[in-house]
Amino acid sequence: MDEFLRQVLAGLATGGIYASLALALVMIYQATHLVNFAQGELAMFATYFAWSLIDAGVPYWPAFLLTVAFAFVLGVLIERVIIRPVENAPVLAVVVVFIALLVILNSVAGWIYSYTIKTFPSPFPEEPIFGQYITSHEGGAIGVTMVVLLLLYLFFRFTPLGLAMRAAAQNPDSARLVGIRVGWMLALGWGLAAAVGGVAGMMVAPIVFLDPNMMGGVLLYAFAAALVGGIDNPAGAVFGGFLVGVLENLLGAFVIGNELKLAVALVLIIGVLVVKPSGFFGKVLVTRV
Amino acid sequence: MAALLQVSGLHASYGPTRVLHGIDFAMDEGTITTLLGANGAGKTTTLRALCGMVKTQGEVKFDGERIDGKPTENIVRKGIAHVPDGRGTFVNVTTEENLRLGAYTRKDRHAVESDLERVYGYFPRLKERREQQAGTLSGGEQQMLAVSRALMLRPRLMLLDEPSFGLAPLIVQELFEILRTVNEKEKVSMLVVEQNAAMALELADHAYVIETGRVVLSGTAAEIKSNDAVRRSYLGY
Repeated sequence: MDEFLRQVLAGLATGGIYASLALALVMIYQATHLVNFAQGELAMFATYFAWSLIDAGVPYWPAFLLTVAFAFVLGVLIERVIIRPVENAPVLAVVVVFIALLVILNSVAGWIYSYTIKTFPSPFPEEPIFGQYITSHEGGAIGVTMVVLLLLYLFFRFTPLGLAMRAAAQNPDSARLVGIRVGWMLALGWGLAAAVGGVAGMMVAPIVFLDPNMMGGVLLYAFAAALVGGIDNPAGAVFGGFLVGVLENLLGAFVIGNELKLAVALVLIIGVLVVKPSGFFGKVLVTRV
Repeated sequence: MAALLQVSGLHASYGPTRVLHGIDFAMDEGTITTLLGANGAGKTTTLRALCGMVKTQGEVKFDGERIDGKPTENIVRKGIAHVPDGRGTFVNVTTEENLRLGAYTRKDRHAVESDLERVYGYFPRLKERREQQAGTLSGGEQQMLAVSRALMLRPRLMLLDEPSFGLAPLIVQELFEILRTVNEKEKVSMLVVEQNAAMALELADHAYVIETGRVVLSGTAAEIKSNDAVRRSYLGY
């Protein structure tokens, strides 16, 4: 029973990280109807940035905030410079651009920082502070995730800019007709998604260690989470993140063993796509042809 | 006095298909002008062209300033509010959020709050439904919402695309009365595209008849109403 509880809590900690990244995927998806395959590598790149700062002697929390800002700017720049020119290109072309981004970010990180695995510090103490069932980092990661999710919710729900971003994603034509600069809203969306991803990267790095490929698995889980919750539903993606985290841990510990854990994500992705493509909370999209 | 809106030689096309072949018209500040014409004549395209939503050639001057070729959001910021074909509702946010989006470009917070009450005064139904998801409103309510959202900009010029489309006759009456009130009290100029020519001529001061992308007839609403050809083709008696 103790072990069960431990696994559930650890699952919630990684689940929160999946939830953040899933939310980043959903934010881009809502605005563009495309899945940003480079979302994980953006997070990895931001995490390396944090590592350099900490390595250079910057204390953890200032480095954390600087990294969030760096990821935001990187996201905005990528949207403006790389994505914007292919805005009206066919879907496959954009997907290729996403994959190119993934490969480029991965290689550039490997080139600058080498492919050797690095340890990434946790801001939380070694000794357990949240009781015997959960390490401090896991507890802290859940806390950080919750704060990020809450801030995003408040931003989108209660600020005029958040409302304008939702409007621009939903109905770009009407948004232009009320004077919203839709292009900038998309760029802001990219920035926010990258910033959220950056936080996820910094929270997962102490667990999976820092290397250019560290987000590959995480992105798969996040993708599964977004699909489970419904790819167009932010709250669903968050729920899906926690669900996938717990499920992955429990199945890994008690049923299939650690080696097959990643397969859980793939089974979930295929399962959802076959049985209920709209996810638990997504809207069924009917297109007239 | 220079015209508020001066359109000369306006061409527009969707891809290779040309829809407007050199439209010319003008309207004065404070007036209501209507564009009449059959389906496919280019009425909706004319409105879309004025807002920079389609590629155009030719000249559009608003208050003496060229606005052709400018991005839609900049044209809107000059005080032109478009009530689009299909209403353009933001379906996943509430009625009130739709209205606040209408005032997105305004900085005068207090005036926005009082304008909110003002449009609720025109359309009490919207006030009852203020917290409701806009997509769940009826067609008539969504049309009221579209007009109200445009009013929230405090526009100088409103472009109305088929405001009567799909509405029950009583609601159309009500809506047109409110448009007249807005025009008279708030001095908002209006360019109205309508299929319902009788209603539109009742409301408007001036009218232009468009056929296959060209203006074929223009005059005061009274002149157009008494024109034999218009009477037969558009008024049906």
